[in-house]
Amino acid sequence: MDYVIEMLKIRKEFPGIVANDNINLQVKKGEIHALLGENGAGKSTLMNVLFGLYQPERGEIRVRGEKVNITDPNVANAQGIGMVHQHFMLVDTFTVTENIVLGSEPKKAGTVNLKHAEEQVRELSERYGLNVDPKAKIRDISVGMQQRVEILKTLYRGAEILIFDEPTAVLTPQEIKELIDIMQSLVKEGKSIILITHKLKEIMEVCDRCTVIRKGQGIGTVDVSKTNPTELASLMVGRDVSFSTEKTKADPKEAYLSIRDLRVKDVRGVEMVKGLNLEVRAGEIVGIAGVDGNGQSELIEAITGLRRTESGNIRLHDKEITNMTPRKVTQSGVSHIPQDRHKFGLVLDFPIGENMVLQSYHQKPYSKKGVMNFKNIYQKAKDLIAEYDVRTPDAYTPARALSGGNQQKAIIGREVDRSPDLIIAAQPTRGLDVGAIEFIHKKLIEERDKGRAVLLLSFELDEIMNLSDRIAVMFDGQIIADVQPEKTNEQELGLLMAGNSTEKAGGQ
Amino acid sequence: MFSNRLFNILVPIISVLLGLVSGAIIMLIFGYNPIAGFSALWNGAFGDAYFFGETIRQVTPYILSGLAVAFALRSGLLNIGVEGQVFMGWLASVWIGISFDLPMILHLPLAILAAAIAGAFWGFIPGLLKAKLGVHEVIVTIMMNYIALYLSNSIVRNLLSDGADRTENVAETASLQSTWLAEMTFYSRIHYGFIVALLMALVMWFIINRTTTGFELRSVGFNQHASKYAGMNVSKNIILAMVISGAFAGLAGAMEGLGTFGFMSIKSGFTNIGFDGIAVALLGANTAFGVILAAFLFGILKIGALNMPTAAGVPTELVEIIIALIIFFVASSYMIRWVILRFKKEGK
Repeated sequence: MDYVIEMLKIRKEFPGIVANDNINLQVKKGEIHALLGENGAGKSTLMNVLFGLYQPERGEIRVRGEKVNITDPNVANAQGIGMVHQHFMLVDTFTVTENIVLGSEPKKAGTVNLKHAEEQVRELSERYGLNVDPKAKIRDISVGMQQRVEILKTLYRGAEILIFDEPTAVLTPQEIKELIDIMQSLVKEGKSIILITHKLKEIMEVCDRCTVIRKGQGIGTVDVSKTNPTELASLMVGRDVSFSTEKTKADPKEAYLSIRDLRVKDVRGVEMVKGLNLEVRAGEIVGIAGVDGNGQSELIEAITGLRRTESGNIRLHDKEITNMTPRKVTQSGVSHIPQDRHKFGLVLDFPIGENMVLQSYHQKPYSKKGVMNFKNIYQKAKDLIAEYDVRTPDAYTPARALSGGNQQKAIIGREVDRSPDLIIAAQPTRGLDVGAIEFIHKKLIEERDKGRAVLLLSFELDEIMNLSDRIAVMFDGQIIADVQPEKTNEQELGLLMAGNSTEKAGGQ
Repeated sequence: MFSNRLFNILVPIISVLLGLVSGAIIMLIFGYNPIAGFSALWNGAFGDAYFFGETIRQVTPYILSGLAVAFALRSGLLNIGVEGQVFMGWLASVWIGISFDLPMILHLPLAILAAAIAGAFWGFIPGLLKAKLGVHEVIVTIMMNYIALYLSNSIVRNLLSDGADRTENVAETASLQSTWLAEMTFYSRIHYGFIVALLMALVMWFIINRTTTGFELRSVGFNQHASKYAGMNVSKNIILAMVISGAFAGLAGAMEGLGTFGFMSIKSGFTNIGFDGIAVALLGANTAFGVILAAFLFGILKIGALNMPTAAGVPTELVEIIIALIIFFVASSYMIRWVILRFKKEGK
């Protein structure tokens, strides 16, 4: 067999945790090989071993059949291994070419000579259909283009094996399609690709074979043509996974949250919510569908007290909460799973245990007369960690050290545990794998069944269709349609989200 | 594997050792005997009761200014204005000390409290500007240092004296000086202030680590957005952090005004107590206990250095270089961390 990369029986330990154990990864020349696993399963660790950032405790790496010792990324580069990072490593104010040659600048009489490099970049760009302008400044080009610059960087350095670390996480659907074309043309030219991902759809679409890792263990390698998403998902999670969450019909009661004529301005002073009306009843999940930037964030910030409203009112159970402080809103029975969990949801440098009481630290039994009771806090934290299956070495571990899915589970544990009347979930599953998504969806439905009102904001139509009992379509600062998920489809929703009214959409 | 805790202790110790070794090398280069130099330093700090008393005297304000910087840093703020807050505290304590005639049980606490309030007020202004207008605290506090210096000079000359260069001595009822301690240490300037300093270290530890206020301050220091989301009042916490930090700094001023000197004189420049506090906090890893240890080290170096020219012929300036080197090595702790890890890897 003609393997270009072989990682055999790799084991990598970190203090208190085995990140990789007995993992085999064999990549054939000219294939797209998926590396699939949940968040925190050890995919990134394995790739960092291959890229020379970590040294494995056991196991060997072979490149083109020869055993090599990759001690640092320079060795990896010399072996023709290139990595396209998830977070781009680019200098904003430099041009594409300047970024590409950075670190190995072609010099002529002591000055940098970019002419030749520009030609090379142009040529590479054309050969692989990347369509990148070598003279453009990074800050002027789109995220998708920036990613191509990262790809060019590895190609310019002579990479034969490209590692893509969750490349589609930051892309729009259109850009994803283009990226897939690029990957296919790379393979056609004889390159090999390792694609790190937890998105099954992408694997089915572009990959030849797929290696699955679960909790640091190598599970096995399968031919993509001989498998299906359901099988892959259960390999990844270790049990059967359902894609559409089971739920009974909603039994909505009285209105919990009612918003009348709400107007909110954003940071720049531009009105983003323009006279919005919305009602969420107890025992139902209302999904807000809409294209990003139509005032969704401002709406949620206004409800939770993070942003002042201009006019209109927000009532919770007949109690006016308009322009209350976030703490008062919280104490009125609102829980908020924020869109950006790193910025708003957690103090990353605090232990995960202390993050569990971020809103309730000033109440009994977590403190008394201004003095913290850490014993009670960590007791509570341990209970929540167990109940919500937050995988962490212990409650004293900084939140930063947890994987995204586990951070999110911790936040959801904290928010749901307060027994709120209203749960606002903003993109609760962004960037998470199927296992975590399933868990979170289940929890939200459970809360609905307990008679709580749930307001869901998501940019994933699948999620909106799946979870909502009622879909409110938001466009240009207003709710322009209220539809039942059973009576609509993605096409109609798409038209509505683009600003077409119900009649027009229905009439087509 | 080293635990994080051990690491945090190990890094400053290695920094100090490296600083001392570099100091020895520099002494050798300039033709001085490092062994004689360091033993003169040691004797200058601990050689007899007088030197020991002076060392403690020097350590006292360092602890407080170190606590001031550390407290602000734990709340995510860089208080460069400790120097100015020391001036205000010093001024306020002396002012109360010379203007009232009260029994000691009222007078001394009042003078100390006044110092804390004056320092707190000098911290409140940059805190308010940061919280309400987003003005960076470093800029404001640097400016406030100069205002404090010239304002206190002017007040000493025009209000607290008749155009003289110094105030009269504070009343005995407001003094921290102690005949008993002085006699025991051959008339060094040691005073009761070190008890205040140690007490305040305990106070800082308690506030930061044990109270809800400290939890909020640290949370705001790490992540303002998450703190606001969680219902904390970010502006209030920024101001509070600067006020408490300023109060510690003001107390450092009181140590000088009521203890070491017993008066305030016109200054041609900064005392450096506040600026050294930045180094003390850094070396003490921003913890109360660490600050005490670091303040001792700085006090020993400062006082011990006075003995080096006479006993070993080494210029005092060299000690300044050694202190600078220690700070350099602490600031580059990343480098030391890296070296330790490297050694560990090879040891495996």
